Amino acid sequence: MAIKDAISLEGVRKDFGDFTAISNVTFDIADNEFFTLLGPSGCGKTTLLRMIAGFEETSAGKIKLYGDIIENLPPNKRPINTVFQNYALFPHMTVKENIGFSLKMLGWSKSDINDRVAEMVAMVKLEEFTDRKPSQLSGGQQQRVALARAMASKPKLLLLDEPLSALDLKLRKEMRSELKRLQRDTGITFIFVTHDQEEALSMSDRIAVMSSGKVQQIGNPSEIYDTPANRFVADFIGEANLLNATIQKIDGEKIICRLQSGQILTSKSSSKVNVGQSGTISIRPEKLIIKKQNFKGQYLEGKLGQSTYIGTDTQFEILLDKELSLTVRMQNSSLTSENYKNGDQVFLSIADDAAWFLLD
Amino acid sequence: MEKAFNVKQYNGFYFITCLCLFILYAPLLIVMIYSFNDSLSITRWGGMSLRWYYEVFYGLESEKFKLAAWNSLIIALMAATIATIVATAASIGMVRGGHFKGKSASFGLISLPIMVPEIVTAVATLIFFSAISFKLGVLSILVAHIVFCIPFAYLPISARLQGIEASYEEAAQDLYANRWKTFWHVLMPIMGPGIISGFLLGFIISLDDFIITNFVKGAGVETLPTAIFGAVKQGIKPNIMALSTLLLLFSVFLVTLSYFIGRKGNNLKTNK
Ligand SMILES: Nc1ncnc2c1ncn2[C@@H]1O[C@H](COP(=O)(O)OP(=O)(O)OP(=O)(O)O)[C@@H](O)[C@H]1O
Ligand SMILES: [Mg+2]
Repeated sequence: MAIKDAISLEGVRKDFGDFTAISNVTFDIADNEFFTLLGPSGCGKTTLLRMIAGFEETSAGKIKLYGDIIENLPPNKRPINTVFQNYALFPHMTVKENIGFSLKMLGWSKSDINDRVAEMVAMVKLEEFTDRKPSQLSGGQQQRVALARAMASKPKLLLLDEPLSALDLKLRKEMRSELKRLQRDTGITFIFVTHDQEEALSMSDRIAVMSSGKVQQIGNPSEIYDTPANRFVADFIGEANLLNATIQKIDGEKIICRLQSGQILTSKSSSKVNVGQSGTISIRPEKLIIKKQNFKGQYLEGKLGQSTYIGTDTQFEILLDKELSLTVRMQNSSLTSENYKNGDQVFLSIADDAAWFLLD
Repeated sequence: MEKAFNVKQYNGFYFITCLCLFILYAPLLIVMIYSFNDSLSITRWGGMSLRWYYEVFYGLESEKFKLAAWNSLIIALMAATIATIVATAASIGMVRGGHFKGKSASFGLISLPIMVPEIVTAVATLIFFSAISFKLGVLSILVAHIVFCIPFAYLPISARLQGIEASYEEAAQDLYANRWKTFWHVLMPIMGPGIISGFLLGFIISLDDFIITNFVKGAGVETLPTAIFGAVKQGIKPNIMALSTLLLLFSVFLVTLSYFIGRKGNNLKTNK
């Protein structure tokens, strides 16, 4: 191991009384990585972050920062800073004093503090607001102060707990690229918490998908999206058609399955599978193509149901049989002038790598 | 549609309001007015004058009153200061200390003295002091005052602390402040208005106390209330009215100050 991991968690667990909020979480985050914890509300993201920051004790497991064990250190002894969800800016201090707080606590000289604060203020573009109190700033400006305050001491690790959730959509999108830029410029390792999958997919180097206190999958955004590890991940990230299926034959990489409706479908998987096992096939709506004539290649036959216009795309519902329906999304620009009517007989083209088999 | 309840539409609303206010404040008003009376009588008006105010500061009894006022101020200042420190520590323990056995009992015990009849506390304190042979004097008054000021100071301080999110302290610790620095640089300034209210409340209560003080003061030591009482026993003279008016104005000033400080501190919200 040439380069030490920025932070590594080994079997970390957290119990609140009888309730296990985090169970056996293990992962390493590389130096300079933008790492995201993604999961539904209540899955334990904040709890995990608070253990790394030192606000919660671990019930079991090890936390190492560049090789040093830190899980017994109080928060003020860990070179890790947090951007809080509600920012927690000190209301009685000006922007400048807020940003310089950590430096003052570390015993820096006045002139060094002033220099660094000026640098941070310029970095987050708050030059005009340095003497204001937090209550005199907009939500977006407060957010920038919180970022500058947490980064002023150049921590080894920055924790961000849903920092964008209080902002409106437009500002949130701006702040995404802003955050990426700050991370690149400072070289600080980020652990970013969100329950917004779009945020996670667009910003992260790697993502850990969590549910009920467990890590379900760790991978880069396209791994998570294209090759989900289980049904939860497939369902949680993006949209997916999930079909129950049983394996009939395995031919190298190809897994030939029989759907409940009786149709046969070829899929791929990352898990070790055997003939006879049952599981779920996940197909992303945008990977299906509707055709009116039948053709050579893999397809499913069905009837056209509801169609919904959603701006750039149109979403179709295809009924395979009475109970089973699939969602298909096609870009409006790629739709031909052929019009699709409710009840039309259609053929769904499914590329070999569009169907992804997940063991139950 | 039914009309919304509006107290103003009832007959005699203004009359009843004025009557209540009059009953509440008439005695005080009479004392204030008659303190400017030029006559020796306390009931007959003899023209405007400041002679009784002069009497308070330079008259026969002025030395006695000055000493008593000095005692009162020193005791109130020290009792309120010490009670505020204890109450602040107690608030932090109670509000931030997490769960411990007997937490609600502790809260009850802290605020109970407010409800106990003062005469009971007075007798008990006196018995306690004599049981441990504590010499009665300024020091015994001070100790008694510190004790009964604590619950009064505790209320506004703990109320304020309850309204402060724990994330400020966490942010401070996250940014390398130890416990003491977290308290000094972050928690105390944000709690400031509550602490000042608690201090002023304790100060006024101590300044004003008669019953307990009268029991534990010992011979020859007077505070302003006991001195006034002693003077009144020999018949009410207009200089007492002047003195009472001064005390009243001082209290009103402190209460107003406390109100404005409390209001200034209310805009805690930094985020919407
Ligand atoms: N101090 C605590 N005592 C008991 N249970 C707790 C405590 N803190 C958190 N929990 C529980 O732990 C679980 C995880 O909570 P956590 O705040 O980490 O969720 P989260 O993933 O951050 O959710 P969100 O997206 O809503 O912020 C929840 O079920 C919560 O009720
Ligand atoms: Mg959370």
